[in-house]
Amino acid sequence: MLRFLAKRLVFAIPTLFAVSIIAFIIIQLPPGDYLTTLLADWASQGGAVEEGTVAAMRERYGLDQPVYIQYYKWIAGILMHGDFGISFELGKPVTELIWGRLGFSLLLSLLTLCFVWAVAIPIGILSAVRQYSISDYSATFLAFFFLAVPDFLMALSAMYLMSAWFGQSVGGLFSAEYVDASWSFGRLVDFAGHVWLPVIVIGLGSLAALVRIMRANLLDELSKPYVTTARAKGMSEFELLIRYPVRLALNPLISTLGWILPAVISGEIIVSVVMSLPTTGPLLLRALLAQDMYLAGSLILLISVLTIIGTLISDILLALTDPRIRLQ
Amino acid sequence: MTDITHLPPETGPSLDLRARDIAVAGQWKLFWLKFKKHRIALVSLVVISCMYLIAIFADFIAPFDPNATNARFTYAPPQGISLMLDGSFRPHVSQLKMTLNTESMRREFAPDPQKPVSVGFFVPSNPYNLLGFIPMQTKLFGLTDPKVGDSLYLFGADRLGRDIFSRVVHGAQISLSIGLVGVFLSLILGVTIGGISGFFGGWTDVVIQRFIELLRSIPTIPLWMGLAAAIPVGWPPLRTYFVITLIVSLIGWTSLAREVRGKFLSMRNEDFVTAARLDGMSEIGIIFNHLVPSFMSHIIATLTLAIPSMILAETALSFLGIGLQPPIISWGVLLQEAQNIRAVSQAPWLLFTPAAAIVISVLSLNFLGDGLRDAADPYEALT
Repeated sequence: MLRFLAKRLVFAIPTLFAVSIIAFIIIQLPPGDYLTTLLADWASQGGAVEEGTVAAMRERYGLDQPVYIQYYKWIAGILMHGDFGISFELGKPVTELIWGRLGFSLLLSLLTLCFVWAVAIPIGILSAVRQYSISDYSATFLAFFFLAVPDFLMALSAMYLMSAWFGQSVGGLFSAEYVDASWSFGRLVDFAGHVWLPVIVIGLGSLAALVRIMRANLLDELSKPYVTTARAKGMSEFELLIRYPVRLALNPLISTLGWILPAVISGEIIVSVVMSLPTTGPLLLRALLAQDMYLAGSLILLISVLTIIGTLISDILLALTDPRIRLQ
Repeated sequence: MTDITHLPPETGPSLDLRARDIAVAGQWKLFWLKFKKHRIALVSLVVISCMYLIAIFADFIAPFDPNATNARFTYAPPQGISLMLDGSFRPHVSQLKMTLNTESMRREFAPDPQKPVSVGFFVPSNPYNLLGFIPMQTKLFGLTDPKVGDSLYLFGADRLGRDIFSRVVHGAQISLSIGLVGVFLSLILGVTIGGISGFFGGWTDVVIQRFIELLRSIPTIPLWMGLAAAIPVGWPPLRTYFVITLIVSLIGWTSLAREVRGKFLSMRNEDFVTAARLDGMSEIGIIFNHLVPSFMSHIIATLTLAIPSMILAETALSFLGIGLQPPIISWGVLLQEAQNIRAVSQAPWLLFTPAAAIVISVLSLNFLGDGLRDAADPYEALT
């Protein structure tokens, strides 16, 4: 087990390195450097810029030097001082802007994952055990339908339906009076009252995929001889189902975490933009539109790193539940 | 199992003939026979073919210029076509009567059944070029005798009074073709890289597989957003279109490359490959004459399943305002109009008509791909 863990961790390092390069490329893509943009901005506001400030910033980000030195300065700043650079548009260090939003992104993604798993497994089991029944057909049809509806359309439709049927305007994660309040029981209740809709909207697509996988896995298991044996020995249907085939069918499901997680995080970003949730999504879009590239690059980097860590955890979970994998 | 005597066929000559047909049928024939039994996939094939035909002949099918504005009809609701008038067959719509609601300060439209406006097939129009080179002066359908105040908004109008039906039909050109072009790029990348990976194996294989895993572990939306946002605003529409297609197919090729690699690995040492090699065939010849045809059907199925994800990606990017921009018309660009929930609650057709087009095309492509994949599976017996 320890060897497996060590191997996984070692493999994660080049991945993290590659992700940081991709994020840096995205920072570099727009023409010109940000300092020029920033200077033009300041000049248009009538502020005089001291030569010393400019020179200091050029030095700080290595803007006159070759690309690989710029990359080194950027990544070294992050790793050694936790310094992600400055958001030129908002005039604040990136770190001040992102942590709170990143926390909400993480929370929302975790809640969505829990929701998806908690709902997909029972539906998948029902669908497989009652194959070709009405409930199986409706589950299958709904699964295909929700796979075809993009997240942001789902979010828009949900908002429209809420306002058309219940006269409620949906948006944000808190009511106005709780937005800046500190955590309290009231705020938690308010949060729960807001968060369920985005969780469902983000989760439905992945939920549909998981139901299909769970159903297929369980159907494979149900036709195996050991099920017949257990049945012949007089085991009750329910106990039989839960103790053997379902347990086996769950294993491949854990390995799907590796792609469910990126999908959920992608969905979270775009749904947050539509429903204006205080997560990384709207901040990232705004940063990209304003070409505020240190902010955008840091967000993309952190989102990807979180995803990779999540995938790593899912690998470890899979190894814990399935001895065949850790012995390979 | 218990009965080992070979009984003569009791089922008559016709079934026997069919079985013999199957035994000698080529792989494409078997493929088609299996595919035909998948009803939903067959229906989806028809639906998606119709949608692509609509996209190709959009100029002819759309009754109006998608960019023509009409200030009189901002946010006009969809008009239903009635077929009968005074007991005879005369397709028509009712003229829209506009009133100003003084409380909400909004225009409200109501159909006026007293004023029928007749609708017909093959009506004359301003000259245009179908497919860019066939001069035409006829539209598939439209108002037979348009007068001031007449309108035909099958799917309603947007905030500038543009006809949403015509816009959705024209949007199909961009949105559906991005899927095809993107899949073509993925095909080239996927087959080349997957082929190299599977054929050479060893270190090449490890590096390529790690790279694919890396690409797949990054959440797609932020990556796409970052790349798409770097496209300069001033670029000509065609160039933006191709770059967006390139970005969208950046992820699509990975699943194809994996599929191709797996096939190469499992087939590299098959008997027919060894036989070809012993006959003195070159490696390239083996790849293209024996290996590629043997998994072509799988590739087609995987490609079909990759198209919808590209359509969805384009839509999402354009919706966010960092993909295609007006004046290009795509379904994602149309949905930009629906970003504001207040506009949607006033005019739900802004959201639901492009959305329906997206969902129908993605749904039928998914079903089609599923049917193709089942048909390509050699282990599922044809009964």
